[in-house]
Amino acid sequence: MQIDIVSLITIFILAVFVGNEIINKVPPTLHTPLMSGSNAISGIAIVGAILAILVDAGEASKYIGLAALICATINVVGGFLVTDRMLKMFKKK
Amino acid sequence: MEAIQITNILYLISAVAFILGIKRLSHPKTARSGNLLSSLGMLIAIIATLTYPGKEFDFTLILAGVGIGAVIGAIFATRVQMTEMPQMVAIFNGLGGAASAFVASSEFLSSPNSPFIIVCLSVFIGSLTFTGSFVAFGKLQGFISGRAVTFKGQQAINAVIALLSVSLILAPGLFFDSSMYSGYLNAFFVIIVLALILGVGLTIPIGGADMPVVISLLNSYSGIAAAATGFLISNNALIISGSLVGASGLILTNIMCKGMNRSLANVIFGAVGAESEGGSSDGKEMNIKSYSTTEAAMILDAAEKIIIVPGYGLAVAQAQHVAREVAESLEAMGKTVLYAIHPVAGRMPGHMNVLLAEANVSYDVLKDLDEINPEFEDCDVALILGANDVVNPAARHDQSSPIYGMPILNVDKSRTVIINKRSMNPGFAGVQNELFGYDNSIMVFGDAKDMLNDLLKEVKEL
Repeated sequence: MQIDIVSLITIFILAVFVGNEIINKVPPTLHTPLMSGSNAISGIAIVGAILAILVDAGEASKYIGLAALICATINVVGGFLVTDRMLKMFKKK
Repeated sequence: MEAIQITNILYLISAVAFILGIKRLSHPKTARSGNLLSSLGMLIAIIATLTYPGKEFDFTLILAGVGIGAVIGAIFATRVQMTEMPQMVAIFNGLGGAASAFVASSEFLSSPNSPFIIVCLSVFIGSLTFTGSFVAFGKLQGFISGRAVTFKGQQAINAVIALLSVSLILAPGLFFDSSMYSGYLNAFFVIIVLALILGVGLTIPIGGADMPVVISLLNSYSGIAAAATGFLISNNALIISGSLVGASGLILTNIMCKGMNRSLANVIFGAVGAESEGGSSDGKEMNIKSYSTTEAAMILDAAEKIIIVPGYGLAVAQAQHVAREVAESLEAMGKTVLYAIHPVAGRMPGHMNVLLAEANVSYDVLKDLDEINPEFEDCDVALILGANDVVNPAARHDQSSPIYGMPILNVDKSRTVIINKRSMNPGFAGVQNELFGYDNSIMVFGDAKDMLNDLLKEVKEL
């Protein structure tokens, strides 16, 4: 997939602005779940990891991809689960 | 429609799910569904990738990787104690950085024509995040001294490493024969090693009390690393998600710095807490009044409005549950109990809120700095549990104090201040707290959990 660099930068800049808008609205009470939740989202590297594990890829590329996949999956699974565990506890009486 | 367009639309849907998911974190009521939405977004991104047109995946290896990662992740997530959340987030930051660095490395090894600057940028940030996070983890877990570790020339060494790395990234030809792939490859490996060292070098001089800033910053780096990797493999999903996380970490870093009235540069290079420099109250004699829990219970009995101020000491003692029990007993006697949460109380943003949520404290009685400070004026008792620097009045008036200018909880305005501490050791900033010597302050020494258990008994007997 080839997209020109300017479109990529456009997407990046717009995403940063969106991020600013929505994250500023997260109350301090939820800052820890915000961090663990964003940990899970940064596990999006899982996409890159999968794309590196191709049948015809070189051995080195493939196994480095596997290392990436393990790290990213820990982030995704662990991040979403622990965030859910925390958010479950926030109750109002 | 071409198959690749469907893939990209799925990536777009997953990005929208992340954005809406974070948006729902704006209130505790909707937060849980928001997290679920984000995880759905991730699932969609993974499905989109597994069905990527024109790629032949090694599914055995993928299944193995996902299996191993999922089991480890699930074990972490279900076993971790709420008091240990900072350590957990530190590890996850590190793994996020590592994942991005690995993806970029794999890409560089399989397609040597990848733009070298982008490869290096994502490998550099990723590797630095990895070692930095593990040093932060070690400090939080107590494997490494929580104090700032400093030595002469430390910052000069860091600066040289940073400078070397930047020149290697921008102009590898200065050092290696960059007309050949092997030249670039050498530069690439050297950059990884430099980044790994720099991660340690930048984190080791930062003291325990500054950990909320460091963790937020590393959180941001892990996002930036993912976004950089997105540029490398031209993948929108990585760019959007990475920049969301990058922005989130930066905003939290900023909030934490404001909470301490310090610049980011001061936190990173200031090495506060290296040695206990006494502060101004050092020379002055302090008249410390040590009380028993029985006397503390009698003071609480006479009070109508009580504000509990939790700090890191509460987390260390795992005393959040018994604190809630004490509060409930006092409420049952018709008293008002509120909690004052300082932005940098604990070791990460929101640390105290999660602990108290775990102990079943309703989130609407947890008040942040601006909300609670006016409340101290007509408060009968401020009960300080393991907090220190965030209640030091020197921050308001003593220009020679290292914490001068830091916004603090004005507990000293309360009629009585009851301070529970293990000993008279100064806080992490290495500053002795003049509050302890105030006329309206009394100290109850002991481990927070033991003290509160005793106090609970006394209060129930009233």
